[in-house]
Amino acid sequence: MKPRTLRYCQAIHEALDLSLARDPSVYVMGLGVPDPKGVFETTLGLAEKFGSQRVLDMPASENGMTGIAIGSALAGMRPVLVHQRLDFAILAMDQMVNQAAKWCYMFGGQQGVPLVVRMIVGRGWGQGSQHAQSLQSWFAHVPGLKVIMPATPHDAKGLLIAAIEDNNPVISIEHRWLFNIEGPVPEGHYREPIGQARVIRPGRDLTIVAVSHMTIESLRAAEVLAEQGIEAEVVDLRTVRPLDRATILQSIAKTSRLVAVDTGWPSCGVSAEIVALAAEGAWSALKAPPVRVTLADCSSPSTPALARRFFPRVHDIVNAGRRVVGLEPLTERAPAAGDPPADVPDNDFRGPF
Amino acid sequence: MSSERLLRLYREMYLIRRTEEVIADLYKEQEMRCPVHLCIGQEASPVGVCQELEPADVAFSTHRSHGHYLAKGGSLLALMGELYGRQTGCSAGNGGSMHLIDRAAGFMGATPILGATMALATGAAFATSMRQETRVTVAFFGDAAIEEGVFYESANFAVLKRLPLVLVCENNGLSTCSPLSVRQPPTRTICDMARGLGMTAVSGDGNDVLAVSQLARQAIDIARGGGGPVLIELPTYRWREHCGPGFDFDLGYRHPDELAAWQERCPMQRLVRHMEKTGVADAAALKRCEAEVQQEIDAAVRFARESPYPDESLLLAHEYMP
Repeated sequence: MKPRTLRYCQAIHEALDLSLARDPSVYVMGLGVPDPKGVFETTLGLAEKFGSQRVLDMPASENGMTGIAIGSALAGMRPVLVHQRLDFAILAMDQMVNQAAKWCYMFGGQQGVPLVVRMIVGRGWGQGSQHAQSLQSWFAHVPGLKVIMPATPHDAKGLLIAAIEDNNPVISIEHRWLFNIEGPVPEGHYREPIGQARVIRPGRDLTIVAVSHMTIESLRAAEVLAEQGIEAEVVDLRTVRPLDRATILQSIAKTSRLVAVDTGWPSCGVSAEIVALAAEGAWSALKAPPVRVTLADCSSPSTPALARRFFPRVHDIVNAGRRVVGLEPLTERAPAAGDPPADVPDNDFRGPF
Repeated sequence: MSSERLLRLYREMYLIRRTEEVIADLYKEQEMRCPVHLCIGQEASPVGVCQELEPADVAFSTHRSHGHYLAKGGSLLALMGELYGRQTGCSAGNGGSMHLIDRAAGFMGATPILGATMALATGAAFATSMRQETRVTVAFFGDAAIEEGVFYESANFAVLKRLPLVLVCENNGLSTCSPLSVRQPPTRTICDMARGLGMTAVSGDGNDVLAVSQLARQAIDIARGGGGPVLIELPTYRWREHCGPGFDFDLGYRHPDELAAWQERCPMQRLVRHMEKTGVADAAALKRCEAEVQQEIDAAVRFARESPYPDESLLLAHEYMP
């Protein structure tokens, strides 16, 4: 029998639905959570099903409400806080970094903060500088936080359930361009382990370590490379902190070549961490300098003309793969009339968010 | 109030006062290797508020929290252990003076980023309300915490949800060395602001433990009875420097006369005067109580000094909760 498939947003919805049903201490809160759009369908109908006490809207008080979620967690609840854009969560850095992340350590391991903060990262369609920041490296820099970035519907469900059941603060960074991706999702309750990467495509010639939406793009790039006779192994990080160093090093040991692909910026970013890991842990295995594929090192432009160069695309990953195996880059053909636009995840996407 | 109860108030204030004086005296030995924010002179607030709480009620605080921790029933041994950085400290040595906790006593935690714990207290009260429990949550903080957005955000939500929350603002007129006059307009009080947000707000003499306890009683009743959050503003004064064991008149931001005037209003002396006036003063009982407290403190210091430091192998042990 063909496995059941869901879209990424439906997988998140199912994780929330199941978690709310299983544990009365779970509640979901965020601006627009019970509204008719249901945070890109991820919370649709949950307020009707579980009541407005457990699935609720909130004032636009990002920092205060994060503290309130933390305080409720200290009193036994398991809050899931939702930000429709990560950029708004920046208002809550004090509560996430000073309070939630530190609580367990600074009080000598007495109490964790079982908090999940979902934050969605935008891309394209003119999102601009304050609606498209992928700041996983900020959060992954902080001891005490866990950071998940599921790329597939299967992991979106399993990792979110694991995050909700974890006794520590977990930042879930969800890329907007993943929400319509369809994939197999088992029925019922299951957890994907936080802190484990996955070899999502095996290959012998090079390792592509990717995260979130860049995992999907890397899989597409690996297909293109395969047509050119290059077999890329794609490691989907899934969790940025704690980082699964063993799986990454194991893959590099096998392929001897590394491309690190991130949805974020290059400076002090996740891709830099992966390359540092390779340098420290797999130096003698490396046969070529690693290559990184990231956002351009500038703020996010709005116009599609510049966004095309700002966001990494399949073509960039393909050329990075060619470079580490010692091949010349391919020239991208100029965009032609009739090409699908480069600033949307798929042809069905009509904006505005 | 019964003489027994008055004596207990005295005892609790004396415990805080003496503990901090001992900390100040021993601090120069450089064995307590963490910043300390002493509340000497401000003892009426923690004692007056906490004595009106039920054991199941909980409290949060900020950096100047020794008094709140002790008044809520936090372990003196674990406080001293923490200041000395020992394994037996209330935070196993990871916290220091600014991160006190005693969950068994309902002291949920103290952290020093001014207003942050106000939001945590609001959240704890929110949990109580979601579970339809009758617990009241108290947040202690200073006048500068009001200036952080988290005060407004927390108050707004607490009013919106009518949460069983009591916010206790100890207004000592100083944020580090910056006076209230450069931080908040003179024509608007902290209570005005709280009322503007829809809270019940009251102000009283923060150096009169009986006045504090009366205000706290009313506030706690309102909060527990479903009347929503209440803010109590308690003007008071810290005698010592912002952070550290000494006095800081050399800095020039305040004059010794200011301290002298506030020392006239010492919360402990005032309580003794009240006991004398009402004919329940018992000098022998006060002496006995002071001697007992001193013994407890001496024992706590001994305990801390004899406690082991955490083993180096514990460095990474508490990053995550299993």
